[in-house]
Amino acid sequence: MTEIPTEEYILKCTSACAGCSDTLTLRYVLKAAGPDMVLVVPACCTSVIQGAYPNTAMNVPVYNVAFAAAAACASGMSAAFQAAGRKTRVIVYAGDGGTVDIGIQSLSGAFERGTDFLYICYDNEAYGNTGMQRSGSTPAGARTTTTPAGKVQTKKDLDGIVAAHNPPYMATACAAYPRDLFKKVEKALSIRGPKFIHVLAPCPPGWRFSSEKSVEMGKLAVKTGMWILYEREQGKVTISGPSKAAMIKPLPLEEYLAPQGRFKGIDAASVALLKAQAEKTAKRLLREEEGTC
Amino acid sequence: MTTRMRLAISRPTKGSSGKTGSWRVFRPVVDKEKCNACGICAMLCPEAAIDEELEVDLEYCKGCGICAHECPKSAISMKREEK
Repeated sequence: MTEIPTEEYILKCTSACAGCSDTLTLRYVLKAAGPDMVLVVPACCTSVIQGAYPNTAMNVPVYNVAFAAAAACASGMSAAFQAAGRKTRVIVYAGDGGTVDIGIQSLSGAFERGTDFLYICYDNEAYGNTGMQRSGSTPAGARTTTTPAGKVQTKKDLDGIVAAHNPPYMATACAAYPRDLFKKVEKALSIRGPKFIHVLAPCPPGWRFSSEKSVEMGKLAVKTGMWILYEREQGKVTISGPSKAAMIKPLPLEEYLAPQGRFKGIDAASVALLKAQAEKTAKRLLREEEGTC
Repeated sequence: MTTRMRLAISRPTKGSSGKTGSWRVFRPVVDKEKCNACGICAMLCPEAAIDEELEVDLEYCKGCGICAHECPKSAISMKREEK
């Protein structure tokens, strides 16, 4: 088993909400990357939790950029480091709004150019720091401040979009499984070219559950099959351990939906839609793993 | 003043968001009798407020309660802070 370093690159303490899985994810991303790295952060929760100027909680270089520009900025940085003969790692750490909606054009551009960088999207399925407005990543049936009766549309298949760019490495992870996340970030950074990791980050105030359930909610998402952990290396899919176990005997979806206030009063049609979508994704990934698709 | 100094650069500082321990409503209390030092609490603490010796830094612990909820031995309990 790989040892996780004890160094912390976030000084106590960020101004993130209690029980925030964004900081939990970032802790392990930075541990895996080490000190020789630059973090590019577009507008998202991470850009507001760093602390008040002239102080910051981040003990690594952080470049805060405009919402749509994260991957474009990282492309320039990566090229500059390469020209200077430096091995500094460039990591984009963006929320789902800055990836799925606003930043998707620069993300697509950087992947098409084959920029050597790692793009991490931590997905709390809405615009968290502005007050939980719906994003392209919000699942069907979820209440947000702009969809008070529950979202009608389904979640955008970001992983499908990224996979269509044929990156050398992409993976999904979850904040509730830090060891799995650490291993995936470490593996991604050992490969040259554009890499992508999509991390599910349960959000206590946004998803309306109490702060101590952050990790439990992430585990439930994996155990019910709503979130599937896998890696795609050069197109070859490997489903990760926790999801493999969950696929044999998944928990009923209701166990994931019931504790969350955002799914309160969800109609049967939306539950059926979520279920059908989760099953479809699982089946497709299993087929891809077998190599029959 | 050099250009670099004029740029709005924040410096890494401990406590850049203040002493976040003041946010706490419930305080984690560890029962050392029950604890088997597995370290899951320290691993899952979002703020790294639990150190290698599994001592909670109450100056910064926000009291989210993940440690108590995830402890396999139920060795951590959340006690209401007295004002």
